[in-house]
Amino acid sequence: MEDKPLLQTTPRLIVIGGSAGSLSMVLKILPHLDVKLQVPVVTVFHRKSSDDTTLIEVLSTRTCFEVSEIEDKAGISPNVFYIAPADYHVLIEKDYTFTLDDSEKINYSRPSIDVTFESAADVYGANLVCILLSGANADGVNGLKIAKQKGGCVIVQDPAFAEVPYMPQQAMTHVTPDYILRPDNVREILAVLGGQPV
Amino acid sequence: MEEEVSIQITDAELEIILDDLLMIHGYDFTSYSKASLKRRMNRLVLHDKFLSFAEFRYKLRAEPEYLQRFIEEITVNVTEMFRDVTFYKTVREQVLPVLATWPLIRIWHAGCSTGEEVYSMAILLKEANLLHKSLLYATDINPAVLANVRDGIFPLSMMKQYSENYIQSGGKKDFSSYYTALYNVVKFDEALGSKIILSTHNLVSDGSFNEFQLIMCRNVMIYFDKELQDRVLTLFDDSLEKLGFLALGAKESLKFSAISSKYKQLENREKIWRKVVE
Repeated sequence: MEDKPLLQTTPRLIVIGGSAGSLSMVLKILPHLDVKLQVPVVTVFHRKSSDDTTLIEVLSTRTCFEVSEIEDKAGISPNVFYIAPADYHVLIEKDYTFTLDDSEKINYSRPSIDVTFESAADVYGANLVCILLSGANADGVNGLKIAKQKGGCVIVQDPAFAEVPYMPQQAMTHVTPDYILRPDNVREILAVLGGQPV
Repeated sequence: MEEEVSIQITDAELEIILDDLLMIHGYDFTSYSKASLKRRMNRLVLHDKFLSFAEFRYKLRAEPEYLQRFIEEITVNVTEMFRDVTFYKTVREQVLPVLATWPLIRIWHAGCSTGEEVYSMAILLKEANLLHKSLLYATDINPAVLANVRDGIFPLSMMKQYSENYIQSGGKKDFSSYYTALYNVVKFDEALGSKIILSTHNLVSDGSFNEFQLIMCRNVMIYFDKELQDRVLTLFDDSLEKLGFLALGAKESLKFSAISSKYKQLENREKIWRKVVE
């Protein structure tokens, strides 16, 4: 992967998917989000309902991005760190607005990472960056495949550094990531997304 | 993991299907959320193993039975009893005591799907001793789901979850006293169903048909685009008595809608609005 230091296209959306054990990596990513990126970040975590405000508060202290739970039909703005609400899938419309969807769980999950990766790939194509983190099921893997087919950039957390390696392992088996994310290269990879060489 | 080989509906093909549905069958899905529709259509095409878009389109145009299946699969029929327990607790504590002051209580469950919320409401009304003077109008675009509401039959496997929801929403009884188990399903007490009036109703094309004191439409409008959401909210406004209540889903809002100035949200921020201006 190090032989591909620069992205072919400018990222216009970053989608992060994570399940069990992914929060610590998200907390490492947050301080490196730079407003110069001019991108929105959408995160889909598997989590139980309720503690929404706590999570937003915890994340807000680590980043200069505004942290906000996704609202139905809201427009997608740069420099916002969006969080999928518990119990709804998040889709993206061609006019760059969000749609929430409470249909059947996918991979036993709602929100499902696959749903958002696939929908984002349909809208953003090669301008999409998908990041898949730690987790205990294979949600997100199909979405990564589709993102890759459409020319998007795929980043997977190194399973060796993931609290629960199953999800990134599954991803590595089925997709060749453009970058492998480790605790010690978060800053470099985010710099690459901003158009700077490693 | 197996590679799934399937045709993918393009945006242009989606528009062709939407045109066909409207022109040939009179179903107007053109103002539905496109991302959601496309995802559900692709799932259907994959599941029903179509080899080409033309084949899918032909079947949908020519076979009424397949149209029926399409409607069932494209519309989302995921619902629960007492979903969002704090919502139902608020209905119990703040809405029903107000409804009790009307001589006849009319409630509209718009987009009721398989009827879990209608039965939840009937249970609340019964416990508040209001069911005898209430009418619950349950409507949906999809005639197939309404048969389920009429029968009051639900999967046994869901009852543990529903019972927990019921208790957390302030229910005091033994939830199983409301139904009889028959193998893998349960049938709810017929007295609960006796006040439910069923009808197909399409929120896109059908108008107001009565005046209500409470309209429940939870997690239906998220599948509509912004403009249709506004139209439907206006339909609800036309169908709601002054001081009546409008209840929406956990992620829905009157904010930025055309009718918002006439409504006041309950103070506890549950998604219930009261019509304060005629």
